Amino acid sequence: MLEASAQTPLDRMLAARDWILADGATGTTLFNMGLQSGDAPELWNVEHPDRIAALYRGAVEAGSDLFLTNSFGGNASRLKLHDAQGRVDELNRAAAEIGREVADGAGRPVVVAGSVGPTGDIMAPMGTLTHEAAVEMFHEQAEALKAGGVDVLWLETISAPEEFRAAAEAFALADMPWCGTMSFDTAGRTMMGMTSSAMVRMVGKLPNPPRAFGANCGTGSSDLLRTVLGFAAAGPELPVIAKGNAGIPKYHDGHIHYDGTPELMADYAVMARNAGARIIGGCCGTTPDHLRAMRAALETRAPGPAPTLEEIAGSLGAFSSADDGTGDTSGAPARERRGRRRV
Amino acid sequence: MSDQDDDIILSELSDDDLVAQMFDDLYDGLREEIEEGVNILLERGWQPYDILTKALVGGMTIVGNDFRDGILFVPEVLLAANAMKGGMAILKPLLVETGAPRMGKMVIGTVKGDIHDIGKNLVSMMMEGAGFEVVDLGINNAVDKYLDALEAEQPDILGMSALLTTTMPYMKVVIDTMKEKGIREDYIVLVGGAPLNEEFGRAIGADAYCRDAAVAVETAKAFVARKHNRIAARA
Repeated sequence: MLEASAQTPLDRMLAARDWILADGATGTTLFNMGLQSGDAPELWNVEHPDRIAALYRGAVEAGSDLFLTNSFGGNASRLKLHDAQGRVDELNRAAAEIGREVADGAGRPVVVAGSVGPTGDIMAPMGTLTHEAAVEMFHEQAEALKAGGVDVLWLETISAPEEFRAAAEAFALADMPWCGTMSFDTAGRTMMGMTSSAMVRMVGKLPNPPRAFGANCGTGSSDLLRTVLGFAAAGPELPVIAKGNAGIPKYHDGHIHYDGTPELMADYAVMARNAGARIIGGCCGTTPDHLRAMRAALETRAPGPAPTLEEIAGSLGAFSSADDGTGDTSGAPARERRGRRRV
Repeated sequence: MSDQDDDIILSELSDDDLVAQMFDDLYDGLREEIEEGVNILLERGWQPYDILTKALVGGMTIVGNDFRDGILFVPEVLLAANAMKGGMAILKPLLVETGAPRMGKMVIGTVKGDIHDIGKNLVSMMMEGAGFEVVDLGINNAVDKYLDALEAEQPDILGMSALLTTTMPYMKVVIDTMKEKGIREDYIVLVGGAPLNEEFGRAIGADAYCRDAAVAVETAKAFVARKHNRIAARA
């Protein structure tokens, strides 16, 4: 049985390799297999296990060293939508078991990472979700993924630092190693206002730090690399993860299609490594074709200096905002305040 | 910037200073102070509609602009909206009583399969903050739920929100159904959510994509004004 403190497959891979290729999109890939808009992808873990195995194999055969399970929305709060809140154990365990089988049959070391997405609720006091309830929900999902045989838990697309910390606490209860990424989609910060440098400080202070941390999804690969540069500038001790979208979503004939080409994602992967990321993958829109191009680029192109913001924008497209909130002048409200009352 | 510790007594401020102070209190999300300010202005004989537009909407406009410009983020906006709600709870019955003019009405909800209602809630609050009447359908709405609400509420605007790439295509299902039933042109359809963009909004046949809650309010105002002009021109 895996334990958080032991040498895990991911630890061994990080020790032996300069970079690790993670996987690409889950949602967009399942759509192409016939998932209907609005349906829960997690139900397919038991209804169409063959398709989920095909999803995982697509990444592994394209060269991914690590892939995420189809359990992003597998917490009780998210499954409640589909009246499946009582099936957390069943659906997550199935997601993990299919992943275990695919990884063990790969013929080379492949890490199975148990995806854990946000609850979708706002945490108290602003919202309704208490810290205790969040920990309980994440813990339930973590135990199921552990029982299904994942190598590591993988928290992703988080916006609120409080939710990130609640998940960390839950993973300690499950005694599992973990990684965690946040989504920086609002003027270079997370929706809840966290900057890349603030995330470095946060993960450094956790009692059970992740094996690696970083950014996923958000708004295009340019912004994501700016975030990675922000991590690097804050001097993180832990390995950095970069999982950016393959461009931006476009709509064609009832399909969502991301406009980033495999060539562009290959450039992104090399720049992510040069910016300091150790675990590099894609997110929405990233297909096996993209992953193959990324793997080839990482294997054949020599490491270089970190890209400048100009080089990133020149190769991958413009940023969505002028800065990312980490500079000296940003963050302070520009508004003149009147006297504040104590009352 | 001042951090002086002098207490300000709201009831001792002139009308102008009180309204300016309420802008600050909204910005800081101080609900009790906003409720107090609203009550003081009512006691001074202000019309409920003037309190709404000059004090509350004025203050929320500043919050909205700073949110749009990346100076404020969701937690601060939620606090401000909560303070605004405190003031609105006092004003709402009075606005109905006095027959105050309405900005417009919106039906809003996240689409089928999507539980993420943070963005939708922000839009609701900012729209209410701008004086709109908002009917919130909550999360996970199938097409019938939207259509029933349009029928029952007769709003000016339909707002749809999605945070996931797996749920955003459902917006097109709703719009296509509205077209089939011949009611698409009766409503302004606004869409929003993190993975969307302008091109997507156009491709599915929405009137506009709104990048954030502040943009949603500006867009709603512009479209409602245009709609009223059209009706006036026809009359």
